[in-house]
Amino acid sequence: MTKLLEIENLKTQFFTSAGTVMAVDDVSYDVEEGETVAVVGESGCGKSVCALSVLRLIPWPPGKIVDGRIRFMGRNLLELSDDEIRKIRGHHISMVFQEPMTSLNPVLTIGLQLSETMQHHLGMSEAQAAERAAELLQMVGISEPHRRLRQYPHHLSGGMRQRVMIALALACEPKLIIADEPTTALDVTIQAQILELMKDLTRRLGVALIVITHNLGVVARYADRVNVMYAGKIIEMGDAQQIYHNPQHPYTLGLLASVPRMDQARGARLVPIEGQPPDLTRLDAGCAFRPRCRFAIDRCAAEFPPLEAVEDGHLSACWRADELAELRNAS
Amino acid sequence: MSARPAEALPSSTAAVQKGETLLEVRNLRKHFPVTEGIIFQRAVAFVKAVDGVSFTINKGETLGLVGESGCGKTTVGRCILQLEQATEGEIIFEGQDLTKLDQKALVPVREKIQVIFQDPYSSLNPRMKIGNIIEEPIRVHGIIPEVRARRERVAELLSVCGLSPRFADRYPHEMSGGQRQRVGIARALSLNPDFIICDEAVSALDVSIQAQVINLLEDLREEFHLTYLFIAHDLSVVRHLCHRVAVMYLGKMVELAESDELFESPLHPYTQALLNAVPIPDPKIEATREHRIISGEVPSPINPPSGCVFHPRCPLAVERCQQDVPEFRELRPGHWVACTEV
Repeated sequence: MTKLLEIENLKTQFFTSAGTVMAVDDVSYDVEEGETVAVVGESGCGKSVCALSVLRLIPWPPGKIVDGRIRFMGRNLLELSDDEIRKIRGHHISMVFQEPMTSLNPVLTIGLQLSETMQHHLGMSEAQAAERAAELLQMVGISEPHRRLRQYPHHLSGGMRQRVMIALALACEPKLIIADEPTTALDVTIQAQILELMKDLTRRLGVALIVITHNLGVVARYADRVNVMYAGKIIEMGDAQQIYHNPQHPYTLGLLASVPRMDQARGARLVPIEGQPPDLTRLDAGCAFRPRCRFAIDRCAAEFPPLEAVEDGHLSACWRADELAELRNAS
Repeated sequence: MSARPAEALPSSTAAVQKGETLLEVRNLRKHFPVTEGIIFQRAVAFVKAVDGVSFTINKGETLGLVGESGCGKTTVGRCILQLEQATEGEIIFEGQDLTKLDQKALVPVREKIQVIFQDPYSSLNPRMKIGNIIEEPIRVHGIIPEVRARRERVAELLSVCGLSPRFADRYPHEMSGGQRQRVGIARALSLNPDFIICDEAVSALDVSIQAQVINLLEDLREEFHLTYLFIAHDLSVVRHLCHRVAVMYLGKMVELAESDELFESPLHPYTQALLNAVPIPDPKIEATREHRIISGEVPSPINPPSGCVFHPRCPLAVERCQQDVPEFRELRPGHWVACTEV
């Protein structure tokens, strides 16, 4: 498979009155054509900022991409002019956001919002775009597409709006879709419908997908590869099997132990990660997870562990990654 | 669903049967009017938020109440708290029907029933210090008249909930979501309640923090012999915390059973669909699991479908489901289901 997107040493910071927030700190990862990559982590770990950085959607002030390269189809997105990046957004790379109510324009019809993109990027005529818009709605499972095209977002339910967002994301046949918590606001049966739809369409059309989520179940069901983020850094990276069945970082380990599971009977006590996530304005040179880590040693305070391979295709940023299995058994 | 005698109500089986009934809800209905007209408002329709729900909760038990948005689970909780006036039905708490009590007679009951809300941001007054937030119910109910003793009680409550007593002098905005939720729990505990309604109490929290709060709720249940009604949409959390689980759909209860029984052998097609839709955090299991996704969306509670409310989405639906309202019947001991086709 060929690499579609390569993010190298990305650093995005927010300059606020409280100090500089290191939202994304030296993040590198690749996405291959047609694959689904999940970025997991808790609120404030930088997973959304990292995705927004790819499309240069970080508002300045206060945010700024201070360093790194983002290669996409042979070009560095960070070096493009505003006009050039606009030709990529919504065309080659599109986004699906969490809240479909706020990401659709409430005063424009569904049809107009869909055809606008296609007229702009693909140079379609109004009639062509309207026809294709109806096809797209059909494809995402919306009945009576021609009637829906004349409706406004408030006429639709949350699940329907998210289907429209997906139609919008697919409109210009992108190579990559970035979905930021695409189903968090939806009920569980609707969440399943939307995720199955996204999986089916991305597989069928060969679109690569970056899913940003905090839901470890969603990741297990849909992702090929997983990046776990903590405090602005990727701390573990691997395929889904490796991450879930052989976690090599204490944070991933802690995360998996703290999720209640529907297939486990009552009574098994959860093992939470004690403490709070760190303040991203006050990070030191050491490992940011150290204060909450059961296995921290002196070295963890002195320098940040590099993201290194522990097995084929599986990387972990922990000084004690190779001893972790023994440490776990001992405790 | 019609009203039925008390002995036929869904009560619990072996595991919790030794406990006595703390709360009994009989045939509860709550219809909200949809009004038209500006000055002379008249009801043109009713949102049937809760439409004939009956269940009991035993002392020391945690009953989970699950369902998707708009199924009426929160309204059930608000009716029990007497924050909503029930349209019909009885809510019997320790032998008294709460729907028949006036505000004054409710005061001692309110000491015993407390609530923890979902959003730790909007449920704490941003202008009050944490200490005052927790102290207020103790002062209002005149439990501890003396100021110093009250402060000590606040410090004790904070430490019970895993917070340093120093937090008493802080404001809500100085705390994280998890810490605020602990404050909400401390406030609910301040009056030594018997019964706490947790309305999506851990839904807004991140996983690692959520696990801390779940463990805290379990510890407090043991320590203070609490009874919980745990309203939630996250089925994994419900499985973990609850002894028995009730599933609601469009204002009706569709299934009620012991937690393990419900999750291992769900009977109602809606419960089956709901459980099937929840992804399990294990790629090996997910790879082999069969995914049967139910189509369609939840219909409007203003004009719910005739007969069984689930029939338009139901894979088992037959013709009579369109006319006959299924009876909520005990199919196995302690396992209640509102479906004629199982």
